[in-house]
Amino acid sequence: MSDMKKSKVKTKYAKSGPLLLIAAPGIIYLLINNYIPMFGIFLAFKKFSYKKGVWKSPWNGFDNFKFLFQTKDAFIMTRNTILYNLAFIVIGTILAITIAIFLNALGDSIRTKFFQSALLLPNLMSWVIIAYMVYAFLNSDSGFINNTILKALGKEDIAWYMEKKYWPFILIFVQMWKNAGYQSIIYLAAIAGIDKSVFEAASLDGASKLQQIFRITLPMLKPTVIILTLMAVGRIFFSDFGLFYQVPMNSGALYSTTQTIDTYVYRGLMELNDVGMSAAAGLFQSLLGFIIVVSANALVRKIDSDNALF
Amino acid sequence: MENIMKMKRASDTKNFKAVATIVLGILTVMALLPIILIVIASFTDETTLLRNGYSFFPEKWSTDAYVYMIQQGSTIFRAYGISILVTVIGTVVSVLITTMIAYPMSRRNFKYKNALAFFVFFTMLFNGGVVPSYMMWTQVFNIKNTIWALIIPNYLCGAFNIFLVRNYYSNSIPEALIESAQIDGASELTIFFKIIFPLAIPTVATISLFTALIYWNDWVNALYYIQKPQYYGIQNLLIRIMNNIQYLKSGAASIAVGTGAVSLPSNAVRMSMAVIGILPIVVIYPFVQKYFVKGVVVGAVKG
Repeated sequence: MSDMKKSKVKTKYAKSGPLLLIAAPGIIYLLINNYIPMFGIFLAFKKFSYKKGVWKSPWNGFDNFKFLFQTKDAFIMTRNTILYNLAFIVIGTILAITIAIFLNALGDSIRTKFFQSALLLPNLMSWVIIAYMVYAFLNSDSGFINNTILKALGKEDIAWYMEKKYWPFILIFVQMWKNAGYQSIIYLAAIAGIDKSVFEAASLDGASKLQQIFRITLPMLKPTVIILTLMAVGRIFFSDFGLFYQVPMNSGALYSTTQTIDTYVYRGLMELNDVGMSAAAGLFQSLLGFIIVVSANALVRKIDSDNALF
Repeated sequence: MENIMKMKRASDTKNFKAVATIVLGILTVMALLPIILIVIASFTDETTLLRNGYSFFPEKWSTDAYVYMIQQGSTIFRAYGISILVTVIGTVVSVLITTMIAYPMSRRNFKYKNALAFFVFFTMLFNGGVVPSYMMWTQVFNIKNTIWALIIPNYLCGAFNIFLVRNYYSNSIPEALIESAQIDGASELTIFFKIIFPLAIPTVATISLFTALIYWNDWVNALYYIQKPQYYGIQNLLIRIMNNIQYLKSGAASIAVGTGAVSLPSNAVRMSMAVIGILPIVVIYPFVQKYFVKGVVVGAVKG
């Protein structure tokens, strides 16, 4: 009897040693790749020079932040990052749900599979390749738009990579082109999870397809929309570096509409050698990002605690 | 009355399907057109390109771009080889350490289960940003201009994949299986490699796919850490070729020439390179799409 009790207490926990050993490579990697840089944020408070190195460069308090927020850049990059993300959230959600509803309507057919495969394909392309595709359409000498479309319309050529006013539309379009099909996967799964008998009953009562969408499908998708939107809001200070750096071909004439916090950090670090400002912008982004993701999660938990991330 | 209702319903469904087909058809064409354009452009005669620009219906076709690429092969083959090498090593190592760290997290009787989960999860909430990690990799680990710079930073073990695998273990592998193996005297390491890993093959397929795509498509690590073109994979070679032509056009040729391993590629060659870059993805895609979709759905449920 006492023996059994003993072994019960013993087996309550597995031996930690061997399990920790299995986890060790991953733990070490995350420590190096993710945790050490977290402590490296002190670089934002230094007047960094490569000559003196990370440790010996002198502290300069909040000077980097002061300089950063005195420039127009700080406002422009923050504005761009937030506005682009808002546009992506609104347009992306509408587009993804539309695709998902239509795919669902076509049922399990070869046609559906073909559409879904084709719409997903752009998501697998790298930003470099996508930049090439955009270039094939837009470049001023040999681009398809100038040479074929504008010519057919009898319009003058446009120097796309010099005209900043077009880029909000171009970038939103490209982002949708790459991601709409991908985002629709989640909504399609959510729609597939709705009880079929609800639709059948509605249909028997004479509800048209359109009515079913607005009265059943969309209300049922609401939790999914809320969760995905809040997750996207949690990332509102972050942008896809590839989209904003690679697609506009790093063209300086476009900075006021294509610069985001991520491209600014890159340029400060690698092109302008302004490590302090770059680090300050990066810390600004990390902190705001952290605050908003925690608040977004608190909101999710209030609405629907099952779907809260933590 | 009943019949009329039925007919009405049937025609409503039919109409809706027609609208769905048309809208999805248009979107599909939009999704595929840019890809088709670069393929056609790569098979277009160079003088036609210079006269008419990139077009879906070129006056004259040509395979010159591909012939040129084969003749100029060495740089391209090298970059291709590096991309393949980095993708294979990166994916294998990543899958191994990801499936390993996820295993203890799935064990209900592991003491530090929650601590470990939080340790992983916190990396999704906060990051130090690009500058500190750049300083660490270059100043502490001296990773610049080595093949490791393409493999190690950023992509080797991410929280998203870890949770994907953890959830799979917890939901699909019965605890009793592990217990009975323990009774038979198997060590944790044996249990992991002999029982858990083989049972997790479906999810291994999914994260392998995600990871391989990330490595094949990555150009950011090389942008930060590689200055020597001999370490360029296909993506960074593409960036270089794009920039090279721009240099030449703006009359600053001297900057690029000498360092550039590839001589001035024509407009068609540029597009044929892009085609070569997406070829593996397009070829493998039909076979792996299933895993891709599954992974996205499972990952979205609880990241």
